[in-house]
Amino acid sequence: MKNSLNRFIPDNMKAYDGLNQIFKQKNRKLVPEILTKNENKQVNSLRILFDLIPITDGMTLSFHHHLRNGDGIINMVLNEIKTRNLKNMTLAPSAIFPIHEPMCELIKNKSITQIFTNYINGPVSQTIGDGYLEKLVIMDTHGGRARAIESGELFIDVAFIGVPCADIYGNGNGLEGPSACGTLGYAIADMKYAKHKVVITDYLTSNIAPIEIESKYIDYVIKVNAIGKSEGIVSGTTRPTKDPVQLKIARDTIKLIKELGYIKKDMSFQTGAGGTSLAVAQMLINRMIENKIKGSFASGGITGYLVEMHEYGLFKRLYDVQCFDHEAIASLKRNANHYAMSASKYANPFEENPIVNDLDVVILGATEIDSDFNVNVTTDSNGLIIGGSGGHSDTAFGAKLTIITTNLVKSRTSIVKDYVTTITTPGETVDCLVTERGIAINPKRTDLIKKLSNSKLNILTIDQLLLKAHDLIGIPKEIEFNQKVIGVVRYRDGSIIDSIYKLRGDQK
Amino acid sequence: MRRSLLFIPANSPAMLQNADVFAADAVIFDLEDAVALSEKDAALNLLDQFLNKFELKGIEKIVRINQLDSPFSITDLKLIANKRIDTIMLPKASYRYTLNLAKMLDKIEKHNHMTKSINILPIIESSKSVIEINKIASAPRVNGLLLGGEDLATDLEVERTETGHEIFLSRAMLILAAKANKIDAIDTPYTDMKNEEGLKKDSKFSKGLGMNARVCIHPNQIDAINEIFSPNQNEIDHAQKIINAYQDSIKTGKGAFSVDGKMIDKPIIERAQKVLEKAEQWNLL
Repeated sequence: MKNSLNRFIPDNMKAYDGLNQIFKQKNRKLVPEILTKNENKQVNSLRILFDLIPITDGMTLSFHHHLRNGDGIINMVLNEIKTRNLKNMTLAPSAIFPIHEPMCELIKNKSITQIFTNYINGPVSQTIGDGYLEKLVIMDTHGGRARAIESGELFIDVAFIGVPCADIYGNGNGLEGPSACGTLGYAIADMKYAKHKVVITDYLTSNIAPIEIESKYIDYVIKVNAIGKSEGIVSGTTRPTKDPVQLKIARDTIKLIKELGYIKKDMSFQTGAGGTSLAVAQMLINRMIENKIKGSFASGGITGYLVEMHEYGLFKRLYDVQCFDHEAIASLKRNANHYAMSASKYANPFEENPIVNDLDVVILGATEIDSDFNVNVTTDSNGLIIGGSGGHSDTAFGAKLTIITTNLVKSRTSIVKDYVTTITTPGETVDCLVTERGIAINPKRTDLIKKLSNSKLNILTIDQLLLKAHDLIGIPKEIEFNQKVIGVVRYRDGSIIDSIYKLRGDQK
Repeated sequence: MRRSLLFIPANSPAMLQNADVFAADAVIFDLEDAVALSEKDAALNLLDQFLNKFELKGIEKIVRINQLDSPFSITDLKLIANKRIDTIMLPKASYRYTLNLAKMLDKIEKHNHMTKSINILPIIESSKSVIEINKIASAPRVNGLLLGGEDLATDLEVERTETGHEIFLSRAMLILAAKANKIDAIDTPYTDMKNEEGLKKDSKFSKGLGMNARVCIHPNQIDAINEIFSPNQNEIDHAQKIINAYQDSIKTGKGAFSVDGKMIDKPIIERAQKVLEKAEQWNLL
């Protein structure tokens, strides 16, 4: 069947039907939180834990991705699954990175047959794209994953929570220890609602403050030598782009935000950790200082630049669901108004007042964007999964002004398309597109178009941008996709916004 | 009228593709110093294909050919000097080379039945060319002079410095020759690409001497150069005030008039007209 965006989705699933339908869904469904009854929680090894619970065929195991591409937890668990030759397992990691390559073998031999996640990057994408995963891969948003867990839609048998700093009772945080990663916001729903909760740490201490992972929920604590590789967990300070094209995009983005009146007292702001996003943040610092503007908060994944803005007094508060660098971790320890938040508080669509709904401006990227402003950040133009929504759809929905920044042409490919390969974020939640060759405003935002009627910015329609791209690189030949659905993109309310298809045999 | 002219190596497809993305008033496709000897043919062919495919509306297209006494310059001109471009930049210019180039362009344009006339932008980068600068400025087709500070310093046997005192006289002579012939005075590039403050400081100094424009060796230099070589809002407002008062004086038949307590005479009116002309061209009104 087709959903309201004219995308084919599997027949037995709930179809995305536009934003109006979402607003009607007022009742938040919450299953009861599951508290522990265990008193003696320390377990010596994963092997013993698997016997103790016991973990058997067909169970669902979850993980958070705060250790990113340094994560060692998933691979430890995969090793145990492999040793025991468990079958028909479902994994629910909030993201999958290249370091999780051992998952490929277990997908191929049917040990793992279903995956729920928000983001996939690395070899697991190819294995899924080749059709080895028996059931569909479900690609959620950060807020949508929390919603799915708390509503019982995604039932988790065992949550493995990597905690960089924990005590023997299971209290913990991500601020100290050799694998410090900052906040643990993506693990909170798992901690509350999974049937069994396991803290895995490489740093046991009795001094946990503040407590983010709460012992009342935790059943088991395992101490291991290392939960991750520090070099893959957080980066050093990421720097703004020096690429002149991306700098131009960043400059035009700041001009656009200013002309639309959003550089103002108490503004709230979110951007990513990419080079262009950081350049926007850096330029925003200058504009805010020049105009003596003090904002209310910055949110999302926090970088050193946002910390700098906070400490300079440009934003009163930081709401942090994920620390991107060492500066952010250090700030979380020393700044009273730098708050850790859960994925639910950040972006759950049925949370009473999620942070994303208070955002004025969000700057987001795109792998593709189509003439209806639908954005793809899930697959490349061949259909291979190269990412996922993360907080993309959540913030685009919540923010008053959603700006996509991207080069119009990358590697001889137009980013603006007639139709995106996969819809991650619906165009009705996207307001502006800023490229090096012009700015397009969503025609539905007549208020913005009116405000920019006398602008000296290079305002074009998105179709004009598409024509410019065609002038540069020609009209691309249409790609024929395999018709077998191997996954779906699930919008934040649980409806299906698009399908993901098996790769053609020659796409390796 | 120019403020910023961006150098783009003609052998870089990625940079050619973005030639018209930035806010430079002109792009200079470089076939000379930016291109290694072994890549001269490939660069020329690439530029030829690029110019065939892309029109680059609203931006002056300049090609820096190889030195006129090199084995490449004739091939460069035969392939590139046609209606697709606006200006030839002549490296190591002398009066004789400038005249020769003008004659070659006469022949090419006649042969190709061109209605468009290609301009010449000589680079003043030797002591000899500084000495004969007024003659170069007055040569046919020349509509600007560019100072080549690095080569000039080599010729003068001096080091380039941050203050630029070693090229001060040459800058001044270039400006005088340009103004005397009513053409653009274009300053040497600022080569420390990471020093934005230095670029701004030196460009303000250069504008204060009388330079109209500056070449950019990196796109990130364009915004600062455009800002400095454009009239600022106070200048535009003041010029508008003078022109309004001037027009009132014509209507009312008054001869002399004043603005903000200062008497306004013909040179001030002409300067105000020039400011407004620039502001209009660069979309600053």
